[in-house]
Amino acid sequence: MPWDRNQMAERAAKELEDGFYVNLGIGIPTLVANYIGENIDVTLQSENGMLGMGPFPYEDEIDPDLINAGKQTITELRRTSYFSSADSFGMIRGGHIDIAILGAMEVSEKGDLANWMIPGKLVKGMGGAMDLVAGVKRVVVVMDHASKSGAPKLLHECSLPLTGQQVVDMVITNLGVFKVDRGKGMTLIELAPDVSIENVKSSTQADFNIAI
Amino acid sequence: MQKIYPDAAATLEGLLFDGMTIMAGGFGLCGIPENLILALRDSGVKNLTVISNNAGVDDFGLGLLLKTRQIKKMVSSYVGENKEFERQYLSGELELEFNPQGTLAERCRAGGAGIPGFYTRTGVGTQIAEGKEHKEFNGEIYILETGLVADLSIVKAWKGDEQGNLIYRKTARNFNPMMATAGKVTVAEVEEIVPLGSFDPDNIHTPGIFVQRLIKGEHEKRIEQRTVRQRENA
Repeated sequence: MPWDRNQMAERAAKELEDGFYVNLGIGIPTLVANYIGENIDVTLQSENGMLGMGPFPYEDEIDPDLINAGKQTITELRRTSYFSSADSFGMIRGGHIDIAILGAMEVSEKGDLANWMIPGKLVKGMGGAMDLVAGVKRVVVVMDHASKSGAPKLLHECSLPLTGQQVVDMVITNLGVFKVDRGKGMTLIELAPDVSIENVKSSTQADFNIAI
Repeated sequence: MQKIYPDAAATLEGLLFDGMTIMAGGFGLCGIPENLILALRDSGVKNLTVISNNAGVDDFGLGLLLKTRQIKKMVSSYVGENKEFERQYLSGELELEFNPQGTLAERCRAGGAGIPGFYTRTGVGTQIAEGKEHKEFNGEIYILETGLVADLSIVKAWKGDEQGNLIYRKTARNFNPMMATAGKVTVAEVEEIVPLGSFDPDNIHTPGIFVQRLIKGEHEKRIEQRTVRQRENA
């Protein structure tokens, strides 16, 4: 059985270490917060200007002045600090955030990442993604292994406009986990339960080594 | 000098002209200058270049100025929540300059601080880097980005005093402090105007030198994504 969204998030949470400052992207990465081990202490950063992000509020705690980067209402913790967008991206671009977990449309075997636009179709923007991949120490991508139409998303070269070049360190998909040596190549290091290497190969365009 | 004005229309008087550049604070709908955006709409000023992280939603925030076609160009990092924006952009009616969010924040900070340009790793190897100067520092490639200034900055703060000193609240701070520094004229709207001396000087976020005009506004504070958790039954 390939992993579902929650299981992918659970796997990604294993990349977090005690004391880490962490930025989680929108979508599956947001779910990672649900699987942080009880014996480790991590601080979540939200790039709109908050360090120490708490859980969603109870109905009577909702505060329109308190949202995360996905524009969802959230809460603060005792450790929380607030700051401007410039200070927030100073943390990100200055290399102070330990790990970013992001979604993606495509990843290349050299670690290039595309997750911000489809020319002529979808226009959303990169938000903070280009800053995160350029500045955060370690970048982990969590995404479905193939597109909804079954097209591979792990490619020799990205076909979509890049978010960053040689910036990805790990890719977690519903089929397994790849370690990426930036600029060099990727290695399959784990498989989801009952997924075979042949399953992975048949839906992957990128070349990869195997070390399971 | 009197900085406090009676209402949003009055505070924009004499500042507006067609084709001007306006910075607008806020992230999504959080910490946006709601009252000043409405006053801009009612003024009819047009061909605007608006620098703002997002473009509001279809019927609130900067989306109101898109609907009336007063905006010619947006400089933003993310516009995913606005259908009218997407329609105008894809049909070529609206110009759009995407900036990475940190680059946008830093461009405003730099502009306000008199810094004409800075180098950053953000965007290297992407479309964003095309046509920009590349320079190597300690073996890493960086691109040159320029500081931004605006004819007018409109910002939202929680509280302000008659000197224009401002304090923001929680994540409603976002782009407001940098944008307040980067306007040739900066107009702030606040939820409460407090007597001089009420603020602890150590805790002022935007010193009054950056704020020329100030109003007390009425704020709807619309929420984009109302997410909650349920209390477990006792």
